[in-house]
Amino acid sequence: MTFNGWFQIALYALVILAITKPFGLYLHRVYEGDRQPLPRVLGPLERWSYRLCGVDARKEQGWKAYAASMLLFSLFGLVVTYALQRLQHLLPLNPQKLGAVAPDLAFNTAASFTTNTNWQNYGGESTMSYLTQMAGLAWHNFTSAAVGIGIALALARGLTRQAGPNGPRTLGNFWVDLIRGIVYVLLPVSAVAALALVAMGVPQTLAAYREVGTLEGLKQVVTLGPVASQEAIKMLGTNGGGFFNANSAHPFENPTPLANFLELVLIFCIPAALTYTYGKMARDTRQGWAIFAAMAVLWFGGVAVAYRAEAGHNPALAGLAVSHAPGNMEGKEVRFGIADSALFATVTTDASCGAVNSMHDSFTPIGGLVPMVNMQLGEVIFGGVGAGLYGMLVMVVLTVFIAGLMVGRTPEYLGKKVEGREMKLAMLYVLVFPVVVLTLAGWASVVGMGTSSLNNAGPHGLSEILYAFSSGAANNGSAFAGLNGNTRFWNTTLGVDMLVGRFLMILPALAIGGSMVGKKTVAPGLGTFPTTGPTFAVLLVSVVLIVGALTYFPALALGPVLEHFAALAGKVF
Amino acid sequence: MPAQPLSLADPAILRPALVDSLKKLDPRLVAKNPVMFVVEVGSVLTSLLWLRDLAFHPPGAAPGWFTLAVSLWLWFTVVFANFAEAIAEGRGKAQADTLRKMRREVTARRLRDGKEEQVPSSALRKGDRVVVEAGQMIPGDGEIVEGVASVNESAITGESAPVIRESGGDRSAVTGGTTVLSDRIIVRITADPGESFLDRMIALVEGASRQKTPNEIALHILLVGLTAVFLFACVTLVPLAAYSGIGLSVTAIVALLVCLIPTTIGGLLSAIGIAGMDRLLRKNVLAMSGRAVEAAGDVDVLLLDKTGTITLGNRQATEFLPAASVRVEDLADAAQLASLADETPEGRSIVVLAKERFGLRGREVGPEHRFIAFSAQTRMSGCDLGERPRVGAQGQADEPGPERPGDWGAERPPARSVRKGAVDAVARHVVALGGRMPPDVEAAASRIGDTGGTPLAVSEGARVLGLVHLKDIVKGGIKERFDRFRAMGIRTVMITGDNPRTAAAIAREAGVDDFLAEATPEAKMRLIQSEQAKGKLVAMTGDGTNDAPALAQADVGVAMNTGTQAAKEAGNMVDLDSNPTKLLEVVEVGKQLLMTRGTLTTFSIANDVAKYFAILPALFVAAYPEMAPLDVMHLASPYSAILSAVIFNAVIIVLLIPLALRGVRYRPLGAAAVLRRSLLVYGVGGVIAPFIGIKLVDLVLVAVGAV
Repeated sequence: MTFNGWFQIALYALVILAITKPFGLYLHRVYEGDRQPLPRVLGPLERWSYRLCGVDARKEQGWKAYAASMLLFSLFGLVVTYALQRLQHLLPLNPQKLGAVAPDLAFNTAASFTTNTNWQNYGGESTMSYLTQMAGLAWHNFTSAAVGIGIALALARGLTRQAGPNGPRTLGNFWVDLIRGIVYVLLPVSAVAALALVAMGVPQTLAAYREVGTLEGLKQVVTLGPVASQEAIKMLGTNGGGFFNANSAHPFENPTPLANFLELVLIFCIPAALTYTYGKMARDTRQGWAIFAAMAVLWFGGVAVAYRAEAGHNPALAGLAVSHAPGNMEGKEVRFGIADSALFATVTTDASCGAVNSMHDSFTPIGGLVPMVNMQLGEVIFGGVGAGLYGMLVMVVLTVFIAGLMVGRTPEYLGKKVEGREMKLAMLYVLVFPVVVLTLAGWASVVGMGTSSLNNAGPHGLSEILYAFSSGAANNGSAFAGLNGNTRFWNTTLGVDMLVGRFLMILPALAIGGSMVGKKTVAPGLGTFPTTGPTFAVLLVSVVLIVGALTYFPALALGPVLEHFAALAGKVF
Repeated sequence: MPAQPLSLADPAILRPALVDSLKKLDPRLVAKNPVMFVVEVGSVLTSLLWLRDLAFHPPGAAPGWFTLAVSLWLWFTVVFANFAEAIAEGRGKAQADTLRKMRREVTARRLRDGKEEQVPSSALRKGDRVVVEAGQMIPGDGEIVEGVASVNESAITGESAPVIRESGGDRSAVTGGTTVLSDRIIVRITADPGESFLDRMIALVEGASRQKTPNEIALHILLVGLTAVFLFACVTLVPLAAYSGIGLSVTAIVALLVCLIPTTIGGLLSAIGIAGMDRLLRKNVLAMSGRAVEAAGDVDVLLLDKTGTITLGNRQATEFLPAASVRVEDLADAAQLASLADETPEGRSIVVLAKERFGLRGREVGPEHRFIAFSAQTRMSGCDLGERPRVGAQGQADEPGPERPGDWGAERPPARSVRKGAVDAVARHVVALGGRMPPDVEAAASRIGDTGGTPLAVSEGARVLGLVHLKDIVKGGIKERFDRFRAMGIRTVMITGDNPRTAAAIAREAGVDDFLAEATPEAKMRLIQSEQAKGKLVAMTGDGTNDAPALAQADVGVAMNTGTQAAKEAGNMVDLDSNPTKLLEVVEVGKQLLMTRGTLTTFSIANDVAKYFAILPALFVAAYPEMAPLDVMHLASPYSAILSAVIFNAVIIVLLIPLALRGVRYRPLGAAAVLRRSLLVYGVGGVIAPFIGIKLVDLVLVAVGAV
């Protein structure tokens, strides 16, 4: 570990901290304000979109209508993306004349992008036409992100609105949230970011791949495309689906350490800002900061462990005549080094981004454990855009319930009682994730269809399986790349994994909002369970760790933990 | 309650509880508690495995002693949880037996069309009228419609002093099973057989009518959810281990599962609830439902009647304030004279104050003293001294008594005539006699009013001598108690019929947060509704029939046992001691109940960390000896590790039974402070304790040569 490494990590933390409040205020104005920002420039675009889609912006929806709109919209996107892939050879913008995508892969990819996962069982440059990339995949990069933010806001409205038992039980309008998110947040920010990336050397073109002569006199195909535009939204929307197979490790996606830093900031900026937006909605920004603090603690823990593990020497190489000083550089880009790779791996798995600038598969067992645990905690450490906040809010409800009784009152959050119904929904939310991940991982680890895709035997192979399903259900999309996912078994199971992890978790989250919105609100007093301040943040961290990590501990013990101890004992598989 | 509170270790409770805990193994009963049901299924499974291994000796099976030991300890886990519940119920059962003895059949004298007939008490129905005379037992719950009697209610309240019950008013309710000591009353029966107060009380203390409270249900959902999560984690571990070349025995998986699911809180949850109601019962408060106890913990606002709760029932004289040019001794003398026959606590306090301050002794009362009693019209009382009046004259007193030897004719002025009373009444009195109210006295009176006191003017003839300052005496320690409630975020509101000025002053002195002056039942009701509209939970006490609507509206309504049947029906708790201050204790018991639930839940979940560190290395270390460093407790062997975790998991339930029954120590602190403290003790403690506990069990197992 170096001073420079820690300095970069600290600088990153400071930049995120500095962005949170102003950007959070901006988001609050976009979604909750009476007048949206930039009315001259973006206002017409918003109004025109409403008119085109026939949306009555003033009409709010209850949780069921909100959920139905979201499901219909997502289903539509799923079908269109599937069709685009299957028919891309007949459609324009395909200069490389790439063929139709296989049905199972097309399903996997459509599910992956619809759910904001962006798991890629394909190499973009060799599989997807420009049209598929832009209309199918980049489209989802925007919409799935906007959907996520909408869900988080709907839950937040349910928790923070003081409608009372006779008030309206609405949580906002899905279409308004969707359109505002795209118009006011995702489009302008990613446009600016894309230009910045172009300035740093990321290509942006619709031209065909270029064949160049190398210094050795050989011919090489240089892959190109509309990279910068996709890169910006891939980070901002915590999508993570790379234009190229190598993702952000590819020099055209992530050319310089500065570009790397910008991409890191893009990943966290919306999830972090949403905590402040939430605090504004709760009329007490300390509520938001407490959540921010819990997320920050978990983030820092991850970075510290990963950085330490990667900077240390690889026990498997002990005794060999190589220098251990640089740490574990396998699978890492020299232009980023250990600290930036560990930071990127932590951030991309904290937020359900899934972009990678180094190969997580090549991390040390403990270094690789960090991204895996991050995802298994339910992507609540800042998390995916929106998804992080709604996931963390469910955790907050759970925390309030478990510990709230200790102050001698039945549990309440923001002045509203947390009762049986909310508990049922929260437990459903908590249950879905491990059930789908562990069941599929257990299945895949004992059938030939599953294990035949592994590149590694022993515990590392198990880690690859576990990582894949965790990443899918958490809608992260990063991979332990040793696994060949493009088989019928993996395409199908992972597709199901992603859909379940997204939609079966959104539904209970929305339902909690719907059930909380109509509750009586009591002003907090001295006897109220405090949901601000360090005690609560620590408590929240503990509940996230216990509810999340305890479930996976046995499985992890057989994967990375066993690999770690075996490596220490000099045993390789 | 009549019986001494039985201690937990009392064999009278322990023995039946042990039997009960075995009876409760019935799967139909255990199924009500899903966490324990999973343990019982695990116990059956491991027992069958042991039998199978015994019969067939399959290759690669775990040693028989290990399977047997695990299955036995799993059974113990269920038994211990049952035992906790049985022991919590035990105390109630013992009390129910005592109560049941009281519910014996007596012959009732029923009135039918003006005639008396003898019927068994069980034949009485609502609306019947019965006659009860001295020495007889009241055959059923009812209201006195005629007569007044002293009644021994010790069977219900444990209080041996008889109480007066009379028709009309707020003290008309009588309870079946209590005995009339004097006089004759006619009682209208208000409960059918099986629905009487005693019946309900028996059902309540026995726990027969116990239903899960809303918070208990929600907590159960959490526990079931966690159980399901761990069930998946354990079941899927089998294929994951198979991938790694490890064959896991069913015994080991069941052991891991049982250790991970929240058995501690799952086993103690119902005991905590029963014990909470029982703690209230020992304070002589009968909660009609567990829901009411839970609501007590949530209460935000306490409505407290001023008289009896905040102040000592009565105002007392604290000071004599003479008018200008009047000696204070003369004022005291006149005031004492005017109060000699005044048997009200206020009157007596004037006599006492005069004696204490000026050595004026209560003098002999002779025929020359003619006392004028207080009446609502004159709002004065007093005494005339002088010649005997004309016999047969119209008197002012309405009741003749021994201390009122005669009446005074209005037309012959007495030698000395003192009056005391409300300032305006005395002013009218002296003006009528040609005097006037001096301005300095008037000013002093308004000063007294400002401080919450009541000024009492004293006059002799047409001359005003001065004032007596009557003051409400706030109960000792009540202010500190309110401070504690404030620290917990509970607001106290004083309810009084006083005028706002007086009320404000007393409120200030007692340290309540707010007051409702000149309160009427309607105003009280409105206050409750407005607080509830703000989402607050309101608790109050009441005894009168006109309190009934408010008692029913309040979230926690504690009816006084002396109160009317209507009040008792409306409230959700009855205080057998009829002590309104008890409301404060009710709230504390409610809070303590919720705290106990919360801390044990936290403890139970925090325990899992250590159990992983015991069991997981044990499961995997045979195939992968490299994993040994994960066994941080250095347990003797894999079998010992698993067994130790299972034993700890069972024993901790027993060890926590006293805590579950007694409740965690209750501290009147703000929520933030309570939370920090509990987290440290039960959260951090819950992580650390099992590491030590499991290691200790392991050491014991090794020491006794069991492993």
